Amino acid sequence: MSDQAIQPVEVTPPGEDPKKGTRGKIWQALLVPALAVLTGLLIGAIAILAVGENPLEAYGALFAGSFGTPDRFIEGFQTYFASGDTSKLLRAIYPITESLVATTPYIFAALSVALGFRCGLFNIGAEGQVLMGALCSAYIGYSITGLPAFVHLPLAILAGAAGGAVWGMIPGYLKARFGAHEVVNTIMMNWIAFKLSDWLLKGPMQASGSRPVTPNVEATAELPRFFPDPLRLNWGFVLALAVAWLVYWFLFKTTLGFEIRSVGASPDAAKYAGMNVTRNFVLVMAIAGGLAGLAGTAQVLGVDHWVGQGFSSGYGFDSIALALLGKSHPFGVVLSALLFGFLRSGATRMQSMAGIPIDIISIIQGLIVIFIAAPAIIRWIYRIRAIPVSDEAMRTRGWGG
Amino acid sequence: MNTATHEIETIAFRRTRSTYGLVLLGFGLFIFLVFGLNTPAGVFTTFGTNLAGSQAITISDLVVPSQATIFAMAAIAAFFGAFQLARGIRSTGWLAGVIAITFIVSFLTWAAADKSFNLTGMLSSSLVRATPIALAALCGVISERSAVINIGIEGIMLLSAQVAVVTATVIGNSYLGLVCAILFGGLVAAFHAWLVIRFKVDQVVSGVAINIVGAGVTAFISSRFLAANINGLNNAAVFPTISIPLLSQIPILGPVLFENNIIVFLTILLVLALHILLFYTPWGLRTRAVGEHPKAADTLGVNVFFVRYVNVILGGMIAGLGGAYFTIGSVGRFDEMMTAGKGFIGLAAMIFGKWNPLGAYTSSMIFGFADSLQVKLQILRTPIPSEFLLMAPYLITMLVLTGVIGRAIPPAADGQPYEKQ
Repeated sequence: MSDQAIQPVEVTPPGEDPKKGTRGKIWQALLVPALAVLTGLLIGAIAILAVGENPLEAYGALFAGSFGTPDRFIEGFQTYFASGDTSKLLRAIYPITESLVATTPYIFAALSVALGFRCGLFNIGAEGQVLMGALCSAYIGYSITGLPAFVHLPLAILAGAAGGAVWGMIPGYLKARFGAHEVVNTIMMNWIAFKLSDWLLKGPMQASGSRPVTPNVEATAELPRFFPDPLRLNWGFVLALAVAWLVYWFLFKTTLGFEIRSVGASPDAAKYAGMNVTRNFVLVMAIAGGLAGLAGTAQVLGVDHWVGQGFSSGYGFDSIALALLGKSHPFGVVLSALLFGFLRSGATRMQSMAGIPIDIISIIQGLIVIFIAAPAIIRWIYRIRAIPVSDEAMRTRGWGG
Repeated sequence: MNTATHEIETIAFRRTRSTYGLVLLGFGLFIFLVFGLNTPAGVFTTFGTNLAGSQAITISDLVVPSQATIFAMAAIAAFFGAFQLARGIRSTGWLAGVIAITFIVSFLTWAAADKSFNLTGMLSSSLVRATPIALAALCGVISERSAVINIGIEGIMLLSAQVAVVTATVIGNSYLGLVCAILFGGLVAAFHAWLVIRFKVDQVVSGVAINIVGAGVTAFISSRFLAANINGLNNAAVFPTISIPLLSQIPILGPVLFENNIIVFLTILLVLALHILLFYTPWGLRTRAVGEHPKAADTLGVNVFFVRYVNVILGGMIAGLGGAYFTIGSVGRFDEMMTAGKGFIGLAAMIFGKWNPLGAYTSSMIFGFADSLQVKLQILRTPIPSEFLLMAPYLITMLVLTGVIGRAIPPAADGQPYEKQ
């Protein structure tokens, strides 16, 4: 607490950077996140040890739960080559497909938050946007009948994106027009979405029966699955990858994307360069909301086929963690979403096999966020030289006003 | 120059004056059409004024003719609207107050027409439900006045709630559990302060991380330990209701204000204490200076980092008290995610209350009122779904942020790390 509490951040002089070129850059960009994940897992192991379980056993179960076990694969291939029977093979790949199923909404939701970060906006309302997207696509999915799939499915997907986009655009507009901070407004929009869905699920959108859930969507609105039941991997995953590429293209290859990144880097500079800062706020929040809406859409049309209460719980914070971990870069976001998809999906097995509550993943996740946000800690632990300041984690800007 | 600014001000004032006037007139019409015409004539609304089991002197219930009351409220709103159009009232707080009071009174009269509605009971439960929100808001006020945003209040409250109930159950004394919760809240906040001051971690990101870890740790401990041993770990005595002698016998006010448990009393005391501390003591002056212009404060010899550490930790202790409310202050056991977003609503109340302890408490009361109203309305079975009423506080917060009902301006340096030169 003395005056020496803060040491000046060390910056490597440009001429002395040992690792030049793209490979060095990628290495630098991946180093801190990789070490953050490693440190998070190590502390998670300590927590597992502290509750009297074997961390190796637990992480083994985690691995088996997310990737499957080698002997199942061998057995599956043997049966397949011996008799052409794919059932054993499908059982072997089941864990991997489930992990990819869990990854799909994470990619969309984290892209949403990452896009906001790129424009200097903190979209903490992914949870509400996911829910609105899910409700809208479910509504189009079950209420319209008799359409062919090639019309119905895109319509339902667009409805989901639109629902999320509206929910994101409102805070964006309020920020642009009145300077109202998007963190508070997206939180408020979350609550409004929860209450609205409570009402919809108990009234206008309730399926017959007493449970507060929507009816199942029509088969024509479902995202087709790759494998027979119970494997749930569907085109939603491919869509997520495609959208991630689109966001990358939009951010880094278009004029609008350049404007957005300029606004994020320095709103004042962007304003002096003649860019319309407020329009970008509205636009980015609308697109971000739409992306989050697609997360709900992919889950509803591809996996669940209906919406119930608490549908989107957890996506809000998870997506923030993932966007930070992916350094707000669409490809980084896909990698981090894969990591957490596999972790979450494997944790279910870890819970049943090793008796470790699934919530350990949240702890690891939170720790990773801290380490990513404070690269100084990671550098301090592993004695790494400081990287240039421009690569630091994102900064928010107070409450606005 | 001076006359020009004056003129601009007058024009702006005239414009808001006519806007507010029309809004109020429209509001009066709204009350008349929606509530007034939907209430049958000759029906009475009974407002209960006595609370079962309280020590207050029993008085007779308030019985009013439903339709006449609603018409009166519509007339009041319309009168103020017309007055505003003709003359203009400079205080927007007044106008918001007129809107709020006429709306609430006419709404309740309409909802409880031909029925009985316990007013005292609802005020009492509003105050109780406002308590955790107010504590979260006070935590926000105290740390943001020194320019440190703490969005991790939810996580701190969740952790403290669990610490409170576990220590209270194991030790067998709820007051010790309360102390542990407060200390633990301070500890988590100290970690937040360390991250944002020492490592200059983005304050919002650090808060989000605390929320994630808080949710994870409490859920982990809950499903691993508490679920298996409820009686040994998760079953504490709830604080008894304390009745202040004499004062608790006042009708209406007595049961609402003077018959509560220790956390509610502590909250009221804290609000007053923080108000005095912030605005009438050297510590408060230093805090506000650090929050508005840290460099100037530093130049004048205030230790910016020290003030921030102290305020954030104090805030965490207040949030710890708020966490204890959820378990040993109300139900005596811990459930996963039991804070249910109250920390975030507290932040909204803080902004709504313009970073003032008294304002934050008043806005928390609005959220608490809406919360308890929802429960009562489910009993009364009104045609409006309760979910829509529950949205009201969030909508109001968003309106406040747009500056329609007065502008909320945060401390100037809020959220910025300080770099000593």
